[in-house]
Amino acid sequence: MTYNIDFVGKRKLFFGISVLLIIAGVVSLFVQQLNLGIDFVSGTRLDISMGKAVNIDQSKKLLTDLGYTEPNARVGGKQADVLIFRTSQTITATKVSAIEDAFNKQFATKVNIQSQVVDPIIGRELARNAIIATLLACVAIVIYVSIRFEHRFAIAAVVTLFYDALFTIGIFSIFQIEVDVVFIAAILTIIGYSINDTIVIFDRIRENFQKMQPKKWDDLANMVNESIRQTLVRSLNTVVTVLFAALALVILGGESIRNFSLALVLGLISGAYSSIFIASQIWIVWTWKSMQKKLESAKRNFV
Amino acid sequence: MKVKRGRIVIFIVLTVIILGTVLSTTETIWGRITKGLDLQGGFEVLYQAAPNQKVDTDILNQTASAIRNRIDILGVTEPDITIEPPNRIRVQIAGVKDQKKAREIIGKPAQLTFRDPTGKKVLLKGTDLKPGSAKVGYDQSNQPLVEIQLTDAKKFENITRTYIGQPMPIYLDENQLSAPTIVQAIPGGRAQISGQESAEAAQDLASLLNAGALPIKLSEVQSYAVDASLGEEALRDSLKAGAYAVLAIFIFCIGYYRLPGLIAVITLIAYGYLVLLVFDALNMTLTLPGLAAFILGIGIAVDANIIMNERIREELRHGKSVRSAVKTGSRRSFLTIIDAHVTTIVASLLLFYFGTAAVKGFSVSLIAGIVVSLLTAVALSRIMVNLLVQSNLMNKPRWFNVKEDEISDL
Repeated sequence: MTYNIDFVGKRKLFFGISVLLIIAGVVSLFVQQLNLGIDFVSGTRLDISMGKAVNIDQSKKLLTDLGYTEPNARVGGKQADVLIFRTSQTITATKVSAIEDAFNKQFATKVNIQSQVVDPIIGRELARNAIIATLLACVAIVIYVSIRFEHRFAIAAVVTLFYDALFTIGIFSIFQIEVDVVFIAAILTIIGYSINDTIVIFDRIRENFQKMQPKKWDDLANMVNESIRQTLVRSLNTVVTVLFAALALVILGGESIRNFSLALVLGLISGAYSSIFIASQIWIVWTWKSMQKKLESAKRNFV
Repeated sequence: MKVKRGRIVIFIVLTVIILGTVLSTTETIWGRITKGLDLQGGFEVLYQAAPNQKVDTDILNQTASAIRNRIDILGVTEPDITIEPPNRIRVQIAGVKDQKKAREIIGKPAQLTFRDPTGKKVLLKGTDLKPGSAKVGYDQSNQPLVEIQLTDAKKFENITRTYIGQPMPIYLDENQLSAPTIVQAIPGGRAQISGQESAEAAQDLASLLNAGALPIKLSEVQSYAVDASLGEEALRDSLKAGAYAVLAIFIFCIGYYRLPGLIAVITLIAYGYLVLLVFDALNMTLTLPGLAAFILGIGIAVDANIIMNERIREELRHGKSVRSAVKTGSRRSFLTIIDAHVTTIVASLLLFYFGTAAVKGFSVSLIAGIVVSLLTAVALSRIMVNLLVQSNLMNKPRWFNVKEDEISDL
């Protein structure tokens, strides 16, 4: 099986695409930010599951009657049977019971309420802690990969991992998909997968580099293309199998994990893409620059 | 080449043992694993120590056990109470059926009060007791009693003088625990409650009194309630999704990699089983982040199998015999897999060390997954492939989905 795709030759195109995607994400992060879920915003969220289709107008009217003026309510759930109500007020347990009773009476049904009262500080602390822990984990990755491989592989791997995280966060910002605490776990998963995927390709590049000892750009480019080709079937097969799991969760998993699974799908695709089109390409450009420097200094010494 | 039956028998026995163990014990283990509130419903409240008081890990632990006593008294089973230094305590009650009741219990910590004979007027509060001071003692005739100490001796003396000869009932919320009669005015801030039926009853009352006097003042910063049926639905949906995903992965592995694919499937089953076993052994709670790490673990375990099989196929295409291709392919892919695994472990160790709550849960599951993956996807896979190859049964490249015309002549 041979795939004659010139990955290295097209690197500028893919760098361009990648940079554009990241810029779009970053701009969106600045302009419209993330659609933060209740975990990061103070207040209460009630998921009232009705056991039948939600009548949004009547529900809103009922909430208004209960003293929650202009309620921020929407319909969710697979059968459109869940009323999601968010407010910046703190709704205590007794008030939840009052709402439950009112809904049972009004709609002649037995509702189930999932409630969440949040101090945003906790969610933000968790997010900040996750970011700090991840940054420290990146430092550890750089050190470990520098020892086992070399620093150029290490930096390229970490840049790639940031790309994957930023890409996913960017898409969530652009489409204003709600972000909650579980999203953090998804990002961590994406980073874990990205590093695994990148290391496998780097391992092959390292092996072929020692075997082929390229001196010219063409040889170097061929070597990297060859390494990517040799690992391509593995890359595709692995991402396909993991995507099975993630897609199944998106389609069949419940409401509560849909956004989480969606983040996984995006991140997994990005992880497979970036190992080939970003990590390997950063490495080759950087390595070639250092090789040129070495060659030049060698020339000078010779003359 | 002669087919060596012995190795095939070992292979089959190994397979039967693995599948047999998994089929017969998974349900029990699954039942034993604690599922998080997001997966089975329940209630969670996060308390934080009010500012301007001395708080350390010891005090938090004392407070946590006091809260546990209260909840136990109120008849709710097995609350999960964890301290989160420096100043928080998380209380979780899983799988509650009576939502309203649990909301009431967990929503407000019980109040311990000493009241006047009518039970209407509050004379003393739990905070008037010295924290941890209530204990079991015995009178001259060796009857059990409960000894208590009060922070304000003068106040207690005055109250006991006022209500001499009358009962002073003790309440936890609106539940009367005991109604001791005041025999005389009690100076010195030390008192005894006599007339306990048994040493156990005395101990229960002492615990309750201690629980009533929380060492620190707490405020509720966050609460979370998932209806049991909604939690069950989330778990059922996730399991259904997982089952389809696993089925698709199995079909893909066997369809693409043939016999080694089948071996990969067996080792993946072993993988899932062992990870559950680790969850059970470490008493971990399975939550959504944990589930995420589990899925990532499956991906990494599948990847290890794919890397090895791709490497073997590559060697086969170079014209090597199956035996030598498996040998070289296993060896070369081993280093690749180790590097990828170790890098991920290094990263997760850092996450574990510096992370809190959800991040920690994620990293523990991930580390468990990778270690198990080393055992199953790396070690077990190699053992099983080697058994078949050395039996001379699996000696054609097509067993590895390598066609004759793909093999280059050397």
